[in-house]
Amino acid sequence: MSRELEPLADPGLPEHVHRKADTDPIAAKRAERQVAVLFSLSGAGTLLFIYSFFFISEETFIFVPIMGTTNAHQLGIGIGMAASLLFIGFGAVHWAKTLMPDQEVIAYRHEMKSEEQDRQDLVATAKEGAAIAGLGRRPLIKRTLAAAAGLAGLPAIILLRDLGPLPGNALNETNWATGTRLVTDPGDRPIKPSDLEVGGVAQVMPALAPGKKRSLEDIAKDAVLLIRIRPSEFQLDPERLSWTHEGIIAFSKICSHMGCAVALYEQTTKHLLCPCHQSTFDVTRAAKVIFGPSARPLPQLAITVDSEGYLIAKQPFSEAVGPSFWERKS
Amino acid sequence: MTARERVAGTVANYVDERTGAAKWMRKNLQKVFPDHWSFMLGEIALYSFVILLLSGTFLSFWFDPSMQHVKYEGSYQPLKDVEMSAAYASALHISFDVRGGLLMRQIHHWAALIFMAAIVVHLMRVFFTGAFRKPREFNWILGIALLTLGIVEGFLGYSLPDDLLSGTGVRIAHAIIQSIPVVGTYLSFFAFGGAFPGYVFIPRIYIVHVLLIPGIFLALITVHLMLVWYQKHTQYPGPGRTEKNVVGYPLMPVYMAKAGGFFFIVFGITAFLGAVASINPIWLYGPYTPGQISAGSQPDWYMGWLDGLVRMAPPLETYLFGYTVSWNILLPGLIIPGIIFTGMALYPFIESWMTGDKREHHILDRPRNVPNRTALGVMSLTFMIVALINGGNDLIATHFDLTINQIMWFSRIGIIVLPPLAFVITKRICLSLQRADREAVLHGKETGRLVMLPHGEYIEIHEELSPEKKFALTQHEQPKAIALVTEDNQGVLNPKGIRAKLQARFSAANAENIAKPTASEVKELESGKH
Repeated sequence: MSRELEPLADPGLPEHVHRKADTDPIAAKRAERQVAVLFSLSGAGTLLFIYSFFFISEETFIFVPIMGTTNAHQLGIGIGMAASLLFIGFGAVHWAKTLMPDQEVIAYRHEMKSEEQDRQDLVATAKEGAAIAGLGRRPLIKRTLAAAAGLAGLPAIILLRDLGPLPGNALNETNWATGTRLVTDPGDRPIKPSDLEVGGVAQVMPALAPGKKRSLEDIAKDAVLLIRIRPSEFQLDPERLSWTHEGIIAFSKICSHMGCAVALYEQTTKHLLCPCHQSTFDVTRAAKVIFGPSARPLPQLAITVDSEGYLIAKQPFSEAVGPSFWERKS
Repeated sequence: MTARERVAGTVANYVDERTGAAKWMRKNLQKVFPDHWSFMLGEIALYSFVILLLSGTFLSFWFDPSMQHVKYEGSYQPLKDVEMSAAYASALHISFDVRGGLLMRQIHHWAALIFMAAIVVHLMRVFFTGAFRKPREFNWILGIALLTLGIVEGFLGYSLPDDLLSGTGVRIAHAIIQSIPVVGTYLSFFAFGGAFPGYVFIPRIYIVHVLLIPGIFLALITVHLMLVWYQKHTQYPGPGRTEKNVVGYPLMPVYMAKAGGFFFIVFGITAFLGAVASINPIWLYGPYTPGQISAGSQPDWYMGWLDGLVRMAPPLETYLFGYTVSWNILLPGLIIPGIIFTGMALYPFIESWMTGDKREHHILDRPRNVPNRTALGVMSLTFMIVALINGGNDLIATHFDLTINQIMWFSRIGIIVLPPLAFVITKRICLSLQRADREAVLHGKETGRLVMLPHGEYIEIHEELSPEKKFALTQHEQPKAIALVTEDNQGVLNPKGIRAKLQARFSAANAENIAKPTASEVKELESGKH
């Protein structure tokens, strides 16, 4: 015998149990007073808000346990507003729970689907409408309308064309050129190798043409990190070694993963760490990725010194800086 | 008739003569809603949305969505004369020079966090109780759309102040756009009006944040609620509750008072948090510049899982025919989230196919009675939690004295191993709970009272359950596996082939349950016991 045929009987809704306030007028009166007190507390909260807003100076600080020293103006308006709202809510819910009827009532559901007759009527009406319009008999109209409607969507897309310029070669270029001086950021002072001690790190930018201002777009591709270690610690091929100068090595500071600033340098391990996704680069091995999600080393900038002894770029970056993109040559 | 009644009567008459709303109003004021604490979760999301609209409107009176450079001259001394965007300067202005501005900023941000949390917990309630089943599949899809939009809206919102932290988030979003094969570079140049960061991104996302998405939200929430209203709310099983009725309280006055009061409570708690708990102190981060970053950069919690996936992705890029594909960004940033959200949206249809159940359901499931679905839900949550943990790997490393590498490897292995493990364990727990239910119905619940019988044997007294409780524990259906038909009686192969086989496998797994007690079993024990 199938199990579903003999489920336990439904005993029906349990009998309603009255609350104290339903039967005892004193309890009902007490509940009424409680609700009134709660609503009054809300009023007090509003007063606290008004008082704090106008009469507590924004420079007043008070000590509050747990929170420590706190701005009294901010705390006063915040707590006042919170109380004015909370106690309306508490009052209303308490009212509903103690004094409003708590007997559950039953309503009946209807099946979502329409009556069979209504469905058939709809089909008939729709068919009739289509027949009058004659779409079935006049395929030419149907097809040209579909094509026109499809084409009419094009202007909506084409209109967006001037949202921005085409990329062109922008992602492959930086302001680093052969002979560009490295300057400190901030400060814009040219630097000499002796300005950087072994173990030191500095953020540098390409020197600007006189009168030009550095934009955020420039920083987003030009930022370079200078790191000085003992030359004997490098494990580089001869070409990359020739891109360093007296133990100073320069990398793009823009992460090759997603473009964050690779700002954490750990002196003891000679690792660069990107705080966004923890890609870790080994400075001694041309910023080889030793951990994390980045797939490429940070681009290295070839540096040397000019006749005055200031650090300059030997040549532009040999690859695009920053995160990967479809057209990037690897 | 009092004077007040006369006035009310006149107004009602005026309106009804023009709208004919009397019958409709009466019917809806008596609308019955079942009562359960878990039905408040969606309400919290709704109320947070209202709070977001109110506080957001306030903020928009002062916020200047511009990336033009200005020199800060407000009252926050540490940033005096620092160059920054007008957006950041105006966010500082709201925080320090508009009375109540900081409070509203914090309320806005807290409300956003609560909004997303309420949506997620509401989604879990709907999932684990099977409330998404026919006829509510449309509402489930609307819910997934709202969740997705909420994530985007939240991200755009905390990107607006243009501080160092939020700018870093935008930088990452930029890299995700740029990683899209073929069109990524173009899309990023269109979105940012050129190279990153440009001057147009903040004004553009501002209008999306304050107009476009809230407008879509409003429309979707309206439909979401209308469907709940029209289809009537689901209810938990219990005596007197059937698929054909709704047992609960009428809208007027009980639900009006409770729901209305609850709005004030949610608003009050959000205001309290805004008053005492600092959130996103943008003045500490400084203005955004691409050359700087603060350690421990964290997104808001609902983005954490995404960041965690990105962090644990393998360092994989392919170069083919001179073109680059960044799997390390595409996989965690677009492909996996795409699969997760599509799978979620389609789940009601997948389950209905697996079980072959095409009927309407208004009585909710107890999660233990549907072990497969419950296990699948816990499996997905485990995946998300491992991702979320990895999203905070830098903070966990510093707080618990671990290395980033340890946490990263835990996550990389855990995200593959732990979800299936969670599935198996959850399913076992569900079956054990079913066994416990069966025991309780047949033999009563343990009371802890030991009695010595005359012949010296000790027994524990079991207290018989009430008929109401017995019914509640046994009212559910136990599905049967769909029999696999490989060929019909003429020997023709089932045209559905592999699909039929899969469906049979799934439905068999779904039908794995502990047999619930039947009426005759209960009767037998009752007559034999006493």
